[in-house]
Amino acid sequence: MIKISNLTKKFGSHISLDNLSCEFHKNESIALMGANGAGKTTLIRSILGYYHPDIGEILVNGTNPIQDRVKVLQDISFVPQLPPPIKLSLHELMQYVSISAHVEKELIVHYANEMKLDIKANMHKSFFKLSGGMKQKMLIAISLAKNSTIIIYDEPTANLDPKARDDFYRLLQQNEEEKVLLFVTHRLEEVKDLVNRQIYMDLGRVVWDEKA
Amino acid sequence: MNNLLLIAYLDLKESIRAKWFVVYSLVFGGMIALFFIAGVTESQVMGFSGLSRLLLMYIQITIVILPIFILITTVRSISGDRDNHILEYMLCFPISLRQYYWGKIIGRFITVYLPVLFAMVVAIFFGAFKGASIPWSIFFLYTGLLFALSSAFLGIAFFISSFVKSSEVALGIAFFIWIFLLAFIDIALISLMMQQRFNEELIIVIAMLNPMEIFRVAAISLFDPELTVMGPVAFYILDFMSQTIFVLVSIVYPFAIGGAFAFAGFKIFEKKDLV
Repeated sequence: MIKISNLTKKFGSHISLDNLSCEFHKNESIALMGANGAGKTTLIRSILGYYHPDIGEILVNGTNPIQDRVKVLQDISFVPQLPPPIKLSLHELMQYVSISAHVEKELIVHYANEMKLDIKANMHKSFFKLSGGMKQKMLIAISLAKNSTIIIYDEPTANLDPKARDDFYRLLQQNEEEKVLLFVTHRLEEVKDLVNRQIYMDLGRVVWDEKA
Repeated sequence: MNNLLLIAYLDLKESIRAKWFVVYSLVFGGMIALFFIAGVTESQVMGFSGLSRLLLMYIQITIVILPIFILITTVRSISGDRDNHILEYMLCFPISLRQYYWGKIIGRFITVYLPVLFAMVVAIFFGAFKGASIPWSIFFLYTGLLFALSSAFLGIAFFISSFVKSSEVALGIAFFIWIFLLAFIDIALISLMMQQRFNEELIIVIAMLNPMEIFRVAAISLFDPELTVMGPVAFYILDFMSQTIFVLVSIVYPFAIGGAFAFAGFKIFEKKDLV
């Protein structure tokens, strides 16, 4: 599903990804680990088509995310580590997601309810005025409602309490079939029951790749 | 609704709720109210009176504050979203960069143009209510000039926003461009003219390339078709083109500048790393 070939990404003189090659296949749940600055976020952003590689390429289901971002992003759900301060209301955010990615609003509400987030009571509140946990729940609900074949989570549980984490992992287990799940995490013990592959990165390279 | 209109619509809604938009609208609306309270319509200066006088004052002040308002409120639209990671999230949905960028421009254009136009419309209605004669030709000229000026500075702002990584730097560049076009370029050209290093025609052409300058001259051209208040400079301009052509150029040229900068900004946005 995702094929990364000899990918190098530099920022000035700093090499963030160094000739990295890797493949992610259907039914793989991957824990992507590594110290700060190892290149995890750069790798994710490259898959999302945000960065132009210096050398090498990424293909998502055979498509280059820079050349045809719309096609690639139809198949990807993404939740960032920190929810951004989006000023749209929840209603407007749902409208954005629903029109741009053809996601049913009812499905977002359904997953939000599963995450114990009452969207209807907060429908006209600005997203950035919600608590950190509520924002994260909303983004998780959107990612699940999008029903993508590739789900990328960058430390998704950072703002969640233990109960919400349990809800999140339960929902993921129900939705992981026939998909690629890519977790950026520093806490392997939290996701080890969920993942079947562990990748450790350092200095822009994959230094350890183990499949269960 | 397609994605382009969706982005424009959501940007418009977000902007209308923002505090800067309230201040922005109050400044232009308040200016018109202040003119009426101060009795500008009853005064007569240099032969201008009534609503014509009011609109002339409005346009003279607008030329100074509209560009900086547009620049500082718009220059952060993409660079600010990039700064606080909003762009990273919003662009993870299947929206093309073309739809995102031009949708933002359309939304922001409506936001900055409508209050300025609305203030003029209010002035016309209120003036008519008070029994003043309505200078329609001036009203339509100013509508066009404000449209062109808004386009020019919106295009410049989006151009800056597309390549600057931090919103503070974007603000700094925006402020420099405003003060450069407003004053520095005039001071530099006047000193060149005084030193007689270049011929006058070249200096006037350079001055007229400045969208603020062409706006300024066009704004008085309907009251004063011979541009007599400008002195000998009028000779160079009106010798080169007729007054009608000059008015058309003064609308088309800033609009074209805005379009060119906006397009260049889009190309940079498309080719550079997004976050």
